[in-house]
Amino acid sequence: MPKLNSSAELEKLRDEILSNRDSDQRIITLCSGTACHATGSRSVAAAIEEELEKQGLKDQVIVRKTGCHGFCERGPIIVLYPEGICYLQIEPENIPEIVSQTIKENKILEHLLYIDPSSDEKITREDEIPFYKNQQRLLFGANLQIDPKSIEDYLALGGYKALARALLKMDPGQALEEVKKANLRGRGGGGFPAGIKWEGSRSAPEDTKYVIVNADEGDPGAYMDRSLLEGNPHSVLEGLAIGAYTIGAREGFIYVRQEYPLAVDNINTAIKQAEEYGFLGENILGSDFSFTVKVHQGAGAFVCGESTALMTALEGRAGEPRPKYIRSNIKGLWDKPTVLNNVETWANVPLIINNGAEWFEKYGTETSKGTKIFSLVGKINNTGLVEVPMGMTLRDIIFKVGGGIRGGKKFKAVQTGGPSGGCLPEHLLDLQVGFDELTKAGSMMGSGGMIAMDEDTCMVDVARYFLDFLTDESCGKCVPCREGVKQMLKILTNITEGRGQEGDLELLEELGQVAKEVSLCALGQTAPNPFLSTLQYFRDEYEAHISGKRCPALYCKDLIAYYIDPEECQACQACLKKCPSDAIIGGKKTIHVIDQEKCTKCNTCYDVCPSRFSAVKKISGEPVPPAIPEEERTITRGSKEK
Amino acid sequence: MDIEKVDQIIDKHNSEASSLIQVLLEIQSENRWLPRQILERISEKLEVPLSRIQHIATFYKAFSLIPKGRHEVHICMGTACHVRGAQNVLTAVEDYTGIKPGETDLDLKFSLETVNCLGCCALGPVMEVDGQIHGKISPAETADALKKYE
Repeated sequence: MPKLNSSAELEKLRDEILSNRDSDQRIITLCSGTACHATGSRSVAAAIEEELEKQGLKDQVIVRKTGCHGFCERGPIIVLYPEGICYLQIEPENIPEIVSQTIKENKILEHLLYIDPSSDEKITREDEIPFYKNQQRLLFGANLQIDPKSIEDYLALGGYKALARALLKMDPGQALEEVKKANLRGRGGGGFPAGIKWEGSRSAPEDTKYVIVNADEGDPGAYMDRSLLEGNPHSVLEGLAIGAYTIGAREGFIYVRQEYPLAVDNINTAIKQAEEYGFLGENILGSDFSFTVKVHQGAGAFVCGESTALMTALEGRAGEPRPKYIRSNIKGLWDKPTVLNNVETWANVPLIINNGAEWFEKYGTETSKGTKIFSLVGKINNTGLVEVPMGMTLRDIIFKVGGGIRGGKKFKAVQTGGPSGGCLPEHLLDLQVGFDELTKAGSMMGSGGMIAMDEDTCMVDVARYFLDFLTDESCGKCVPCREGVKQMLKILTNITEGRGQEGDLELLEELGQVAKEVSLCALGQTAPNPFLSTLQYFRDEYEAHISGKRCPALYCKDLIAYYIDPEECQACQACLKKCPSDAIIGGKKTIHVIDQEKCTKCNTCYDVCPSRFSAVKKISGEPVPPAIPEEERTITRGSKEK
Repeated sequence: MDIEKVDQIIDKHNSEASSLIQVLLEIQSENRWLPRQILERISEKLEVPLSRIQHIATFYKAFSLIPKGRHEVHICMGTACHVRGAQNVLTAVEDYTGIKPGETDLDLKFSLETVNCLGCCALGPVMEVDGQIHGKISPAETADALKKYE
């Protein structure tokens, strides 16, 4: 491919690509992100190739392996074009019938369609499934149509048009003005306005400047950045190049988590292609702007998601944060002005340049514009990635898009913002999701993790879990974080293990206050949030643990006990066989009893006891009823009339 | 791993000190651990003090200064997996392998680590063995899954 040297050449190439594409072309798309690989999409892909070959359709059907569609709960997903027929949870065994029935005969296979749980109706098209219908997929929608390894797919959707427009029709100041006017706020956590950050770097006097993509997505339960980078890497590159143009940077870096090998692969491929076509390199599209991008892999440290720690890591040192007396957009990487933004923020930039700030401002609330991708996980029916306009209520996201709580359980809380965020209770479900709204409620936007919790989740344990995470990930540079958070963890662990004392909560609050005020970086400053927000909304649970030695959610192992109700037990031996600790005494026609000494409280018996018996009981804060005497354990015919 | 291979990796990164972490990552993934002689060689070639290399090799989770087992078992402890019972999965794996997170057994068969989110939250709880993901796994199923590995 010869380098493109002007906007006209780019448009000519695009026309060529589009004219070679037939809208009636039969295409099979298969989602092939990391999550889908885990559910077996590789073997499905192999089965498709094999079956097309076998049925002689290899030349007539295009197979496109796309990035993540978002509906990971039901993956792997196949969409057949031109009709847009969507089949879910595909296994290799389904492929022969899909090829012979749907592709050859145009027959829809009803048993592979989505069934709407509320109306029992079968849904054929992907965009009509309620999970998708209630979203606004400005960024993520393209994932469905792009093979991330094909730059042509990206160009066919208008790719690099924004870069051409910025470089050839706007001066750097105008491009910056557009992003500023759109009020694009950072999607990585803080929500700082990107345009203002860029402006700082732009006006800095230095010649050498840098731009960085932060793809060190460390928040547990969040994977939208990975899915964007894996599924649509060119959109991130295009945004980055536009950003570099506005501030006058010639070099950019993409810092990717080492745990994301597919994202590293796809972005490296994309960089090579962009260089070949002349979207990166010297004199891009014939302008006098030159820009190169390098990928840097992280080595496993959560704190490196913090901007200054990330820059230190990029310099080849241990990723410890630096004090921010001078912001990094003035003095960042190698002490040069550096703009660092998150993957999703960069991916928004081409949309803004293409459609204008006014268009972008149509979505969202007064202070939070555009859309946001959330990873909706935990005890929810439709686990996956969802993109919704800012300002949608938590209730709509969890119940309309997410399909509500699993197994008919009751909603208890939603955790947002990762380890720095907080837990919001049921009475805040009508809260509109936005940067300031969430902060006001004691949580935060963070990178967009949204973990739904049901009545079986213990909120004290959730706080303990996050502090355990943060203690482990604290880099150890400053004392309040290294020592204070560790002490908080110790006290919380005591509480969940039944050793809570009066005064613990006050001590925790005091420690939290100090960590918040004097820690060096955001990791320590926000570390107390999971505790503070759960205390604010679920104080009764803390009190039950401390004074009643009781876990209301029946979760904390040291505070619960299991026993088998002799009235209900049918001696089916399900628990007896599965118990990993041989703690169940009983046998055929002999009512089972749990040996409390041996029981490790692994919950296996509770899980396997057939629901029609529900004989295994969990209790907390009360003594275990005495086991029934051995001579009364035998079940004789008719002794248990049900 | 011989010194020539180490030199090749260093040369690939133009012997730049700022590439230290990338060099270490490549060696870790090829050799599965970082022996002292290799670190000394890197120190010499990149002109970085050994103390700083040691700092980095112990700071980041991806590096190991002791040999790793033939099979790396990762238990995801991300929030989504946590609320779906990852702790019980971990306990079951600890019981089966006889090792705690961060440890390797004496036969060098398994190394056990906890990780903070593999990004397969829809499949939680998740156990990953040598990069292969076992999703929606119950504590009782872990032993069967691990039996296959030699």
